[in-house]
Amino acid sequence: MITIDALTKRYGGYTAVDHISFTAEAGRVTGFLGPNGAGKSTSMRVMVGLTEPTSGSATVLGRRFADLPNPGREVGVLLDASAQHAGRTGREILTLAARTIGMPKSRVSEMLDLVSLTEEEAGRRVRNYSLGMRQRLGIAAALIGDPEVLILDEPANGLDPAGIRWMRDLLRRFADDGGTVLLSSHLLHEIEVIADDIIVIGNGEIVAGGTKEELLATAGTLVRAEDSVALAAALTEAGITVHPSGSDALRAESDLAAVGRAAFAAGIPVTELRAADGAGLEEIFLELTAQTQREGVAA
Amino acid sequence: MNASTSTATPTVTTAPVTTEPPAVRRPRAEVAPIPFTRVLGVELRKMFDTRSGFWLMASIVILSVVATGATIIFAPEADLDFESFASAIGIPMSVILPIIAILSVTGEWSQRTGLATFTMVPSRSRVIAAKWLLTVAVGVAGMAIALGVGALGNLIGSSIAGVDVVWNVSAREFAQIVLANSIGMLMGFTLGVLLRSSAAGIVGYFVYSLVLPGVSSALASNQQWWADHGAWFDLNMATYPLYDTALTSEQWAQLGVTAGIWLVLPMLVGLWAVLRSEVK
Ligand SMILES: Nc1ncnc2c1ncn2[C@@H]1O[C@H](COP(=O)(O)OP(=O)(O)OP(=O)(O)O)[C@@H](O)[C@H]1O
Ligand SMILES: [Mg+2]
Repeated sequence: MITIDALTKRYGGYTAVDHISFTAEAGRVTGFLGPNGAGKSTSMRVMVGLTEPTSGSATVLGRRFADLPNPGREVGVLLDASAQHAGRTGREILTLAARTIGMPKSRVSEMLDLVSLTEEEAGRRVRNYSLGMRQRLGIAAALIGDPEVLILDEPANGLDPAGIRWMRDLLRRFADDGGTVLLSSHLLHEIEVIADDIIVIGNGEIVAGGTKEELLATAGTLVRAEDSVALAAALTEAGITVHPSGSDALRAESDLAAVGRAAFAAGIPVTELRAADGAGLEEIFLELTAQTQREGVAA
Repeated sequence: MNASTSTATPTVTTAPVTTEPPAVRRPRAEVAPIPFTRVLGVELRKMFDTRSGFWLMASIVILSVVATGATIIFAPEADLDFESFASAIGIPMSVILPIIAILSVTGEWSQRTGLATFTMVPSRSRVIAAKWLLTVAVGVAGMAIALGVGALGNLIGSSIAGVDVVWNVSAREFAQIVLANSIGMLMGFTLGVLLRSSAAGIVGYFVYSLVLPGVSSALASNQQWWADHGAWFDLNMATYPLYDTALTSEQWAQLGVTAGIWLVLPMLVGLWAVLRSEVK
């Protein structure tokens, strides 16, 4: 379990992480979602003691990370797969990790197998690794201590589709075994398919958080009519808040029945009426981070 | 076991903390802390496990062989004694050893390996302490090897020239040379901790070892006070006597004071900065 309490990190006058609090529970995959520069990596660095917070605290398994007797055995960390000595071989990097945290040598080959790096590839120097190979090596290093908690910054970065699928299954199994997984991403789809809980961060602040179902539920109903202006007016009349969605559809903050009834009462034929899941979460993401998004809300 | 964590379960709880019953965790033994000897072992391995690191270490042997060969070839017969070999080898050692010391620290930042190192061993001072001890050990071992090569050169050179083998370096002199080189190495180490950049550390070391002595002697020739008292402040000046005479107690005191000024104080500042700095 990871507990973040009122965590703030300032760089000079700039607040990179602004008073965030959340919990990543054991047995669940928690997605940490936010646009570029939102403060995800900064928060994660604070969690593992690489960055001192300005105020607030982060604990892992009830203790400050630095107070864990042998953190590599309890917490697997992948912050930046490219932060390795380019002149070391992949096998050597895992060997150093295994030795440091006191895992048997056999663990290195097991981990290489797990992340599908061949013997030959493991003998290559990391400078000659592809992006995805580095990422696999980073995941192997995170898992080598058989940890209870995983803290992964953009772990899917550079993985091919099969690799992403593999990682998703791996994290699912890890959480089902009672482990805690916190993974960050700026890709909504990625988080949506893996995570049980989602924390959305924008401009250093948490803008939404909860189970995926909750966030999907708040997405409401997607409704479409030939005359979307009239439909919007009718729904607003009925006391339902609507937001434009896509080019001509509306997302209504209400359930299917209420929206359908309102449209029927106004005599407007709807051409589409469904729960705004999936696409809805994306909109939430864009909306929630609207103020912080570099491009503003996409039309 | 698996507490219904399936994504399809429509559990609605208050955000952001979820209140599902936590899944049963695998039972785990309390983990033992990482012993310091293990940090030492891993740090030692890191000095050798890259091509650049390996060749840096190998260069201790290579350069002593080159310096020894050059002495055999170029030194006049009358000078073919152990001292000539020792001083010929001493020159490359005084360059290579501090560089090894600097890179052992700055590599964690310039190669970004610190991200992994300080995540696995959050106590940064332990890592730095291990590196410091290894630096001293590598320095002493390196100089022992270098002088071994020199001794071999002395035997071979003398037999080629057909002169008697002269062993004119006493154990005390050898110990003082080792100490002088260790001080140079630790100066490099201190600069590495203080600057955390390979280039800055190496430039800093050459400023210390090549530029400052010139400045200091220019000052000494103009300022009698500095000529008399400089050895209380200038580590270079305090180190010179180690290369020739037995030190007086005043010279030992000067060495102690300057080492405090140049090695201990900057080290404390550097450590303080390392402990606070952001590793990324
Ligand atoms: N040392 C620093 N000094 C000043 N600003 C910093 C420093 N480190 C990070 N920042 C700023 O903090 C903000 C958050 O950065 P962070 O790396 O946490 O973003 P992120 O959410 O991980 O983004 P991405 O999705 O692009 O990885 C950025 O605006 C960044 O420029
Ligand atoms: Mg990031």
